[in-house]
Amino acid sequence: MTDTSSNTAVSTQGTWGEMSERTRLRYAAERRFRLYGLAAIGAAVLILATLVTSIGITGLPAFFQTYIKLDVTVDAASAEKGSYRGLMFKSVYALYPEVTDRREKKKLRGIVSSGAGREIKAAVLDDPSLIGTTFSIWVRSSDDVDIFVKGQMDRNLPEADRRVKDNEVAWIDGLEEQGRVETRFNFSFFSSGDSREPEQAGIWGAVVGSFFTLCVTLAVSFPLGVLAAVYLEEFAPQNRWTDLIEVNINNLAAVPSIVFGLLGLAMFLNFFGMPRSAPLVGGMVLALMTLPTIIIATRAALKAVPPSIREAALGVGASELQVVTHHVVPLAMPGILTGTIIGMAQALGESAPLLMIGMVAFIVDVPQGIFDPSTVLPVQIYIWADSPERAFVAKTSAAILVLLTFLVFMNAVAVMLRKRFERRW
Amino acid sequence: MQISYLVITLLLLTGVSYFWGRRRAVSLAKGEHLVVLHSLPSFHGAYVALWCGLPALILVLLWMILEPQIIEMLVINQLPAAQADLATTNPNAFKLLLTDIQNLASGNIVSQSIDPSLQAAANSYVRYEEIGQMALFLVALSLAIILGTFARTRLSQKFRARNQVETIARWVMITASMIAILTTIGIVLSLIFETIRFFEKVPFSEFLFGLQWSPQMALREDQVGSSGAFGAVPLFAGTFLITLIAMLVAVPIGLFSAVYMSEYAGPTMRSMVKPALEILAGVPTVVYGFFAALTVAPFFRGAGDSLGLDVSSESALAAGVVMGIMIIPFVSSLSDDVMNAVPQTLRDGAYALGATQSETIKQVILPAALPGIVGAVLLAVSRAIGETMIVVMAAGLAANLTANPLEAVTTVTVQIATLLVGDQEFDSAKTLAAFALGLVLFVITLCLNMVALRVVRKYREKYD
Repeated sequence: MTDTSSNTAVSTQGTWGEMSERTRLRYAAERRFRLYGLAAIGAAVLILATLVTSIGITGLPAFFQTYIKLDVTVDAASAEKGSYRGLMFKSVYALYPEVTDRREKKKLRGIVSSGAGREIKAAVLDDPSLIGTTFSIWVRSSDDVDIFVKGQMDRNLPEADRRVKDNEVAWIDGLEEQGRVETRFNFSFFSSGDSREPEQAGIWGAVVGSFFTLCVTLAVSFPLGVLAAVYLEEFAPQNRWTDLIEVNINNLAAVPSIVFGLLGLAMFLNFFGMPRSAPLVGGMVLALMTLPTIIIATRAALKAVPPSIREAALGVGASELQVVTHHVVPLAMPGILTGTIIGMAQALGESAPLLMIGMVAFIVDVPQGIFDPSTVLPVQIYIWADSPERAFVAKTSAAILVLLTFLVFMNAVAVMLRKRFERRW
Repeated sequence: MQISYLVITLLLLTGVSYFWGRRRAVSLAKGEHLVVLHSLPSFHGAYVALWCGLPALILVLLWMILEPQIIEMLVINQLPAAQADLATTNPNAFKLLLTDIQNLASGNIVSQSIDPSLQAAANSYVRYEEIGQMALFLVALSLAIILGTFARTRLSQKFRARNQVETIARWVMITASMIAILTTIGIVLSLIFETIRFFEKVPFSEFLFGLQWSPQMALREDQVGSSGAFGAVPLFAGTFLITLIAMLVAVPIGLFSAVYMSEYAGPTMRSMVKPALEILAGVPTVVYGFFAALTVAPFFRGAGDSLGLDVSSESALAAGVVMGIMIIPFVSSLSDDVMNAVPQTLRDGAYALGATQSETIKQVILPAALPGIVGAVLLAVSRAIGETMIVVMAAGLAANLTANPLEAVTTVTVQIATLLVGDQEFDSAKTLAAFALGLVLFVITLCLNMVALRVVRKYREKYD
């Protein structure tokens, strides 16, 4: 304030030239200030773009997988014994019969995934008539070969800096010439559980785990949140007790998520003895976390319903509870659902408290229910991000893309609900 | 799960009893108009249904919580004296014994050879479980049926079913709103007990003022680097450093974009930038953590190399900058709100005196909105202090007491996460330390939030 007043005081005494010079400076300052604002917004948008593109670029290749065609001869004896791994080795050696050295042979069979034997087994179990015949089958390549074939490894690097060595490069080139190498869409990324081998790891287990966890979260937090909000907004008397509840809700909304994890560990796991790593416990912890979000959103939605509706209903003889259940809550439902979806989206992206209750375990099987040990998408991302294999970088990014797609979808639904059903009174 | 069948049966019974009660209410009207009833038939139905379902379901819930303790007690009473004495002489071995009995009962692998007494205990464990479940089924179902029938006999034309149902509904709602308080109590209790146990092992002053943090307890006498020191000052310093960096990123960018959005931007720009900021706010923190580790940290390292600086690949700078990015939308949306709440008359007054827009903002709006902005920044600080995944993935594990942002530091949340992930034993100071750190974190963020909310509320009252 003092600045402007002194400016005007001086300018009344200044000459025309001084005044216009001062105006010019003030306008320049104005433009600069505006530019700072624009720059800040530009920075934020640029960061968002960098984030999405860098993850997109690293993640996209993981949706594709390199396959190698093997000619497998399944004799009845090994089918009986189930030694499909040996069959797989044999058919890989058959690709390059000139390789005889033990160490070289080991490298040669490292071209295909170590789980390729299981793929052969699955094909044979699917069609037992294959036993005793020779047939062609496309099996997954190993992760390093996959990266190499996709062109993400520079073949001009000195051999020592490359995971795929010169002789392996020669083998792969030879296979490509024979048309035995193909890159296809990686369906199993969406249909299989976690694995230590990047080429076999998928997100389905984590997606199912996330689904169960969110189901528990929704089942616990939605009824509790709505009931609590309705009570506080429509029925509660204004006294110390309700004040205490409100202060508590506001504070819980800002408690760090990891503290909720400690609560889950000490209370649910150690005190009540609930199962570790289970979606049940994870869902309950996340429910306590999202409860404030739902309560606050519901209260806002209830507040937006005009009092005239309540008065009209009371006027025709409805009881207080009837007013709320027949009129106020249905009218506030779009707002309540929007808040709930946003809360669920937060819960879907949350990982820190779940680390505390053991959902970070390495779990291959797809969970079947809320008591099975499982993991969730964000924690799966964390696990993969920690894995040393290079191929997991792409997998991690791909899993992030999937997670972001879910989140964008949920938020889009929330926005749509708000746009379509929200009434301005 | 057998219990789930019971719950489903109970729910079905509840549904059936609703219609049962309703029908009875209609028949009570004896063909006259329903107006002769005090309450609508649906309230009569709900009354019967509540009496049928609610007590039985509460019983099931209580049983599920209490059952393990009761059975354990019964089994312990049966144990031979030698084993029962373990409870007082060697609690750990006793705990192991109990776990073994449970595992044996559920058919899992056990850690010791199965002797007859163990087998007997496991058998009785299984038997008690069966008996308990049978009893629960019988009691819960008969409770539901008896109470439902009883409630139905109470129905009459004059019966005030609506008032009864509404009282119950009100109590259900009150219980639901108690959950918030219960959660807070639960957090405080779960943190405080373990923290007290921690301070029995480690003196309070060492924790608060010690400069050495290395929670690995020595297993052998001469082990190197496992001193088991619990001085948390390096963690506090690391948290402070990363939070400071985050704020240096988030406050200018967030504040300037909020100023631009609320004062300059037209509706089209608002409608485009707001969603972008909302996306930034909705990105899960684990994604930011990965971004920090994958893109930002190598970038800073490379930039440092070309400048001749030695940047750690887990530098506080990378973690702090990315955390700042995470907080930008938080700061900007909160300060956007407070600036929009400044009355238009103040702006008009400033313009009338000949101030340019930026002069109005700097000298009128920002001072007026300052308390709200301070509140927003405080909330942002508390977010940054409590943030876990970014620092777990991008910051270091070793506790360095340094103010150099290019070095790796560790934070309170990182230590909580690393101390508690994986196998734990609940007596070691190492795991208990995590709870002590959690309590510190909880108290600090709680204070910050209280102050921030108070500041924001005071400010709102001024202009409302």
